[in-house]
Amino acid sequence: MMNYIKLIALGLVTLFAMMAVNFARDLAYQVHAIIVMLVAGGMFLWTVRKTDEPVPASDAALHYNDGVVRAGVIATAFWGVVGFLVGTFIAFQLAFPQLNFEFLQGFGNFGRLRPLHTSAVIFAFGGNALIATSFYVVQRTSAARLWGGNLGWFVFWGYQLFIVLAATGYLLGSTQSKEYAEPEWHVDLWLTIVWVAYLAVFLGTIIKRKEPHIYVANWFYLSFIVTVAMLHVVNNLSIPVSIWGSRSVQVFAGVQDAMTQWWYGHNAVGFFLTAGFLGMMYYFVPKQAERPVYSYKLSIIHFWALIFLYIWAGPHHLHYTALPDWASTLGMVFSVVLWMPSWGGMINGLMTLSGAWDKLRTDPVLRMLVISVGFYGMSTFEGPMMSIRAVNSLSHYTDWTIGHVHSGALGWNGMITFGALYFLVPVLWKRERLYSLSLVSWHFWLATIGIVLYAASMWVTGIMEGLMWREVDANGFLVNSFADTVSAKFPMYVVRGLGGVMFLVGALIMCYNLWMTVKAAPAKEKSLATAVPAE
Amino acid sequence: MSDHKDDDLDYETTGHEWDGIKEYNKPLPKWWLWTFYLCIIWGIGYSIAYPAWPGLKSSTAGLLGYSTRGEVAEDIQAFEEANAPMNTKLAGVELASIGDDAELYGYAVSSGAAVFRTWCAQCHGSGAAGAKGYPNLLDDDWLWGGTMEDIHLTISHGIRNEEDEDARFSEMPAFGEILEAEEINQVVNYVMTLSGGTAMDASLVEAGSVVYADNCAACHADDGTGDIYQGAPNLTDAIWLYGGDYDTLHTTVTYSRYGVMPPWTERLSEAEIRAVTTYVHQLGGGE
Repeated sequence: MMNYIKLIALGLVTLFAMMAVNFARDLAYQVHAIIVMLVAGGMFLWTVRKTDEPVPASDAALHYNDGVVRAGVIATAFWGVVGFLVGTFIAFQLAFPQLNFEFLQGFGNFGRLRPLHTSAVIFAFGGNALIATSFYVVQRTSAARLWGGNLGWFVFWGYQLFIVLAATGYLLGSTQSKEYAEPEWHVDLWLTIVWVAYLAVFLGTIIKRKEPHIYVANWFYLSFIVTVAMLHVVNNLSIPVSIWGSRSVQVFAGVQDAMTQWWYGHNAVGFFLTAGFLGMMYYFVPKQAERPVYSYKLSIIHFWALIFLYIWAGPHHLHYTALPDWASTLGMVFSVVLWMPSWGGMINGLMTLSGAWDKLRTDPVLRMLVISVGFYGMSTFEGPMMSIRAVNSLSHYTDWTIGHVHSGALGWNGMITFGALYFLVPVLWKRERLYSLSLVSWHFWLATIGIVLYAASMWVTGIMEGLMWREVDANGFLVNSFADTVSAKFPMYVVRGLGGVMFLVGALIMCYNLWMTVKAAPAKEKSLATAVPAE
Repeated sequence: MSDHKDDDLDYETTGHEWDGIKEYNKPLPKWWLWTFYLCIIWGIGYSIAYPAWPGLKSSTAGLLGYSTRGEVAEDIQAFEEANAPMNTKLAGVELASIGDDAELYGYAVSSGAAVFRTWCAQCHGSGAAGAKGYPNLLDDDWLWGGTMEDIHLTISHGIRNEEDEDARFSEMPAFGEILEAEEINQVVNYVMTLSGGTAMDASLVEAGSVVYADNCAACHADDGTGDIYQGAPNLTDAIWLYGGDYDTLHTTVTYSRYGVMPPWTERLSEAEIRAVTTYVHQLGGGE
């Protein structure tokens, strides 16, 4: 019966997509309609073929749903490499503008590739890492199989479809020009559906948990899922020009639009890249260190302080703009007060190692997790500092901001994800151990040195250009033209690009190592994948 | 830091366990808690001192009476007051005599440099070396004249723009609609030789000189030295605005060129225009 409902739905979607292909007003929308048509049509055929076939008996329901986590691990590694590759390329495009090749104009120039890079890293790499690890962690710490049957698979594949639609849209020029929220209305609607399904799967699993308490990692994951849903819906409120085209008009205008955008933008950092990844930290650090979490009390206080304070900090992105001073002051105050709640997560992560510090010498995976927490601490100090109006008047619009974002994204989000992948692959593919720990060490050092090169060069060039912009002579006249500051940055741009190359090479080494782990490492005898409460 | 017992493996946990993970319930680190309190106290104090808490129609103004716009306005006012005597003087004196007063001249050059970097560098380059279609201001080759008066007039009203009636204006015809293809070919070869270069096809040069005399000499002069009163470029000096190779010249003759510069009287003060005039004049080629 279920299959017949599915067939009707898929048939209708396919039909609608065919009409959309025909009536499409712009290329991006047409390409999206073709993609949707092919996906829905393909699924229709697949469903037809298995309808009324006998279903083989399976005891899958007794086990954890690890298949979707395995797929998520692969997607994370794949999109990570794509995101780092595009990032490295556009870093060199900035250093050597000739790389904006004539034949790439209109889809491969910096302006088109930049959102592709940011979204690939944040949403494709980071998002898949969050979905995969949250599905893994919530099952293990709830001692329950993922709720909703195949809904977890819908979330996974639906999210990949979102990524493909967003990426092709960027390349073809479909954008609503909101940073980190570039996809147009039709893609936003699809993501909303997927995200609600994600919330349902996660919450459903927590509700049917067999443990008496909800583990702290799941608080963070849940706050991330709920808040991102709210941010996404509000910031993307817009009215399509036509249902057959990708253009839309924002509901908010002027400074209200800017404020909504940065309320969204900052909390994308706060809840996607901080709260969600703290969920990862709270599971993988104590697991890998095999030590109890440092302080339950600290975790509960810093959790509530963090989610209460983060949501107000957005206006610090709009200092010295049309935004009223009161909003700017509040954004700054909440950002500075946020410093300690952010560091609560760092303390809990680092101090969990007390009694196990010696493992850092022998376990490169743990080293990776620990340095990510270190970068987290550094970024969450730098952030409040940069939100101070006087500091921001120097740092804003400069490469310092880019350096700050990357010490967070590469150092914190990247490294903790790598650590989680190194932890997960042997468990999920039932291997005794990783293929090679020395390759993990290589990855660790390449990535760390790459980040240091990146962040240091961006500090230098950011502060330099900030000072050059404001440099005046004795009569108060500006000394430098904008182009002077751009040409002065050239050497640092090359260093930044090299840092990117090192980070990318590290990630490729990881992919090789994980592949070989699956292929060549000795298998583990006993499966641990049965849902049993820990106590 | 904390006492040794904290590292004791037997420290009591909360008693919960998830997938093998347990939790200690160690106290909040003192330094963490106090720094958090201090941040909160500072935040309250700061939001009393500065505009912060919104009401229905306005917000608290803050005890310090601070506003970002007020701060910028103060900076600008202080800057303008300090420079007011010089600006008045600069706007009042004869253009030609700016150079006689060392103090005024120095002021005009540094002020003009700032104006140039802000408004002119986009086309003429931050070093004023120009680009294809945008004249180099460092050499002594002037399309519309290089005296202080000429430069001042050009900057004030611009070139071939629609906004300013007094804009300097001239228009080269698109000879593709006037001459035969063969004639264009001839005259391009002739023009290539005017600045001492070699023609692409030397056999056409002589015929080209006839075409030139009939069609081009009226503006560019018989000897090709141009006419600054019409903005007709000198063709003999090997300085090319668009390029002196065969293909570029062929395009120029066939389709003509129409370089536009905006007027600046609406956007810059008289003192600023005079300052940037002085700056451009001293770049190397001023007459």
